[in-house]
Amino acid sequence: MPKVKIKRKSTVTDMTAMCDVAFLLLTYFILSATARQPEVLPVDIPSSTVTVKVPDKDVATLTIGEGKVFFGVVGQDVRINMLDRMAEQYSVTFTPAEKKRFSVIESFGVPMTSLKEYINMEANERMKVKQPGIPADSGANNELKQWILQSRYATKELHGKDLRFSIKGDSDEQYPTIRKIIDILQDQNINKFSLITSLEAEK
Amino acid sequence: MAELDTSGGGGKKGGKIRTKKMSTRVDLTAMVDLAFLLITFFILTTTLSKPQAMDMFMPDKNDDNPEEQLDVKASRTMTVLLGSDNKIVWYMGVLGDNPPTVDNFGKNGIRSSFVDANKKVVAGTGDPKKGLMVIIKSSDKSNYKNFVDILDEIKISSVPSYGISNKIETAEINLMKSQGAYKE
Repeated sequence: MPKVKIKRKSTVTDMTAMCDVAFLLLTYFILSATARQPEVLPVDIPSSTVTVKVPDKDVATLTIGEGKVFFGVVGQDVRINMLDRMAEQYSVTFTPAEKKRFSVIESFGVPMTSLKEYINMEANERMKVKQPGIPADSGANNELKQWILQSRYATKELHGKDLRFSIKGDSDEQYPTIRKIIDILQDQNINKFSLITSLEAEK
Repeated sequence: MAELDTSGGGGKKGGKIRTKKMSTRVDLTAMVDLAFLLITFFILTTTLSKPQAMDMFMPDKNDDNPEEQLDVKASRTMTVLLGSDNKIVWYMGVLGDNPPTVDNFGKNGIRSSFVDANKKVVAGTGDPKKGLMVIIKSSDKSNYKNFVDILDEIKISSVPSYGISNKIETAEINLMKSQGAYKE
């Protein structure tokens, strides 16, 4: 009697489908990952053990470094509305094209007088130019205060929410500079804000 | 995972010279490995690159609502002064009543001081809810990192309450100077 032979199966699997799926996912992740914008004011943020993430929307960021302050709001609609309000305050007029250009600027640090010029620069030119920061000294010329106020109005009007403020400070920044900014926020009764930190492994 | 050549060598009759047919199958294992490695990389970088936000509260500046002011016994408070060169000076209660201590940041520095002080205060009041109250005062010589670090240490050592004060007194600066924690 002939023996019944068990047919040996090949161990090779067809990888084509798996490869397809893998690359599809890969493409998706690459495209969905937002390309990180180059920062106008590079700051070395301190680390902490906090694991709460920064919210995605309705948040304004005050970047503090080298004694200068930069301001930025998330959301193009809010930026345009904010610029409209600021233009009214300082009696400057911006063309629709300029507003459009402004709406894609992540963060800026120029006084109102040179803002128009700054908006009309090319993106790579903007990176090169040294920005003096937003004037934040107490007195009539406190533009930062206005920006904060108008951005709050804009967010409230468009989204019906309170704007949250986060401070992104440089590790080596002297405390008086930070205090000045906190004071400006507190003058408008903003007593709650977030400090942006990077993740630190627990010691 | 090398594939065996199963085409069975060309030992056929007929004498015709045939070009050997190559298999069209390519081993995709390495390619799949690479793809998954990249996927993992992208998933991790997109979720981890987001910075963290540390929420903080400042005491209300205007004194419109005096009834909202909280009176805390001096024995429960610990005033932390941030000086230059990452140095910390702290004292319990009212300035002058207790000797100040110079500390540094880190596990064995201010963190253990917080934990010890909190234990003592809770033992003193006999109520776990009435724990330590830390008052942070940053001097002009401290930097932003010190400020964030001290808030972080407070969170780690689970101090029940803290406050941030911007009113640093001359006596306190003199105290820091005498402890060598404040350099002009």
